[in-house]
Amino acid sequence: MSLLSELFIRTRAENRAALIGYLPAGFPTQEMSIKVIKAMIEGGVDAVEIGFPYSDPVMDGPIIQEAAETARAAGITMKKTLEVVREVATTGAPTLMMTYWNPIDRYGVERYAEDFHAAGMEGVITPDLTFEEADEWLGLTDRLGLHPIFVVAPSTADERLKLVASKCSGFIYAASTMGVTGARTSVSSAASTLVERLRAITDTPVCVGLGVSNGEQAAEVAKYADGVIVGSAFVKAVLAHPEDPLPGVRAVAEDLARGVRNR
Amino acid sequence: MAKSPASQLITSSEAIDGHFGPYGGRFVPEALITALDELERTYNAAKVDPAFIAELAELNATYIGRPSILTEAHNFSKECGGARILLKREDLNHTGSHKINNVIGQALITKRMGKKRIIAETGAGQHGVAAATAAALMGFECVVYMGAEDIRRQSLNVARMKLLGAEVVPVTSGSQTLKDALNEAMRDWVTNVATTHYLLGTVAGPHPFPTMVRDFHSVIGIEAREQVLALTGKLPDAVLACVGGGSNAIGIFHRFISDPSVRLIGLEAGGDGIDTGRHASSISGGSSGVLHGSRTYVLQDEDGQTIESHSISAGLDYPGVGPEHAYLKDMGRAEYRSVTDAQAMEAFSLLSRTEGIIPAIETAHALYGAMVLGRELGPDATILINLSGRGDKDVQTAAAWFGIEL
Repeated sequence: MSLLSELFIRTRAENRAALIGYLPAGFPTQEMSIKVIKAMIEGGVDAVEIGFPYSDPVMDGPIIQEAAETARAAGITMKKTLEVVREVATTGAPTLMMTYWNPIDRYGVERYAEDFHAAGMEGVITPDLTFEEADEWLGLTDRLGLHPIFVVAPSTADERLKLVASKCSGFIYAASTMGVTGARTSVSSAASTLVERLRAITDTPVCVGLGVSNGEQAAEVAKYADGVIVGSAFVKAVLAHPEDPLPGVRAVAEDLARGVRNR
Repeated sequence: MAKSPASQLITSSEAIDGHFGPYGGRFVPEALITALDELERTYNAAKVDPAFIAELAELNATYIGRPSILTEAHNFSKECGGARILLKREDLNHTGSHKINNVIGQALITKRMGKKRIIAETGAGQHGVAAATAAALMGFECVVYMGAEDIRRQSLNVARMKLLGAEVVPVTSGSQTLKDALNEAMRDWVTNVATTHYLLGTVAGPHPFPTMVRDFHSVIGIEAREQVLALTGKLPDAVLACVGGGSNAIGIFHRFISDPSVRLIGLEAGGDGIDTGRHASSISGGSSGVLHGSRTYVLQDEDGQTIESHSISAGLDYPGVGPEHAYLKDMGRAEYRSVTDAQAMEAFSLLSRTEGIIPAIETAHALYGAMVLGRELGPDATILINLSGRGDKDVQTAAAWFGIEL
């Protein structure tokens, strides 16, 4: 069983939600991104999504865009991202990636799956890959035991929700709102409705992302979801203290970790 | 041309499940699938609905000014090895380019879907102006995303959009050109999809856009084929068009695809030259990848990062191309060549001086292609060129290029 699947067994036993933290690889630099992710884990992040900074991130708001640009300017590549994944996986935290499809396509789908799996990656969130385009990918994830994780949205129709859910393993990424990544003042009520609809058709854990940035919001989402996904809040913490980001990052993680335990 | 060409919309039967061979498809956030499905359903119903066809034909005839005329360029012919040069005058359409064909079609689709807000991306501003025009006509709210760099070099069109009542949003991310405007429009659409139609301006993007936009532009080729036959008694030897995203090219190519004797040649923007790396020739100088929702030829580095394109022409300054072009290229049905900034400006000047027609700089790439091809084929050849837009918007750029003081 993967570390990710073990995590959800544990969090269900502890009657809490899992905290999943996102950071673009190489942000602000390759070395510092590894330190930031380790600080996130020390602060209470249960599982990590490592993003690949892509030139045309249509699902991302201004904060993640800026982080991706910073990381690219600092020279992040797929090869360096592989090293980040390898380092992070040594912590024992379930290590996932989140990337737009073209970088995987260009790297070579099979080579990507094999190389990153060998480095300790357990699954990949693919926000712009529809399952209709995913035959080769799903064959590979199946063969290697990787978790393919698709993103569903409040607008996803019932029939389709069933289909997408059936292609996911590890968890299903439920986008809380119609929109791009970034902190919001409140988490949309569309999220709980979407999770409810998923509960009716699948036992796969459901994690909610988009717009969660603090412990209070995390607690709210933890009431109905198996996991809470946070990205922009960590990026913001780094941007706030670029010279010494780790204490701020740890504090954000601690606040969120309390939130997911406060159902 | 008594009969309205719009009643002959070419169907999209050759795209199977939204794919042109291995190209096309849908690589988009799941949040957009419902809207794309709705769009596809609405379009499929509309294109066989006599009321829709009649309304589109009426607007084509009385608003756009279709059919556009065919002009024989007797003088410019001398610059093309004496080959017979026929210009399909899309520059004479309302708003000054072919872009309005697709915009009017999609505006009717928007109305049919009951949406009241449209968003659009624009490079040269021609699509933005056309979208703002249709929005004014039909009473939609209109937001146009435009790269800050393009706003600078196409200020006349920015003013036109504002006069028409559209909001123009400068995009300052990335290269600040068309690709980034498209990213920003996609982000808006993901957020506001329930109320908003994304009026995509070229034959790129996720299915059904490449097929639908092509169909709305196919009127160009349908008219031109009849006009050339009526004038010359035979099919042209070659059909030429500039290719950025590729909408004007697919529009004029499509009716000729089943005429095997007719060569179809797309002219991509070569910028400073393909070997310099500073160009926008996605087919001649790119590789298969995924960009803006579909698989196609893309300018990309070894990590799949989009490489910024370069062209003097804002409308061709795009690092991807419509998936049907990628397929036509692989099938060998169409050829793609690259024309540099300097070559395009040479053709721009020559057409202006020999025919009294100032073309868009985009179009000038196709004109230079004809100068080369005409010399290859000789004086017996007939070359049809899609004169996709007029050059009024490019006066500043051209004046700077030729050293004319304003």
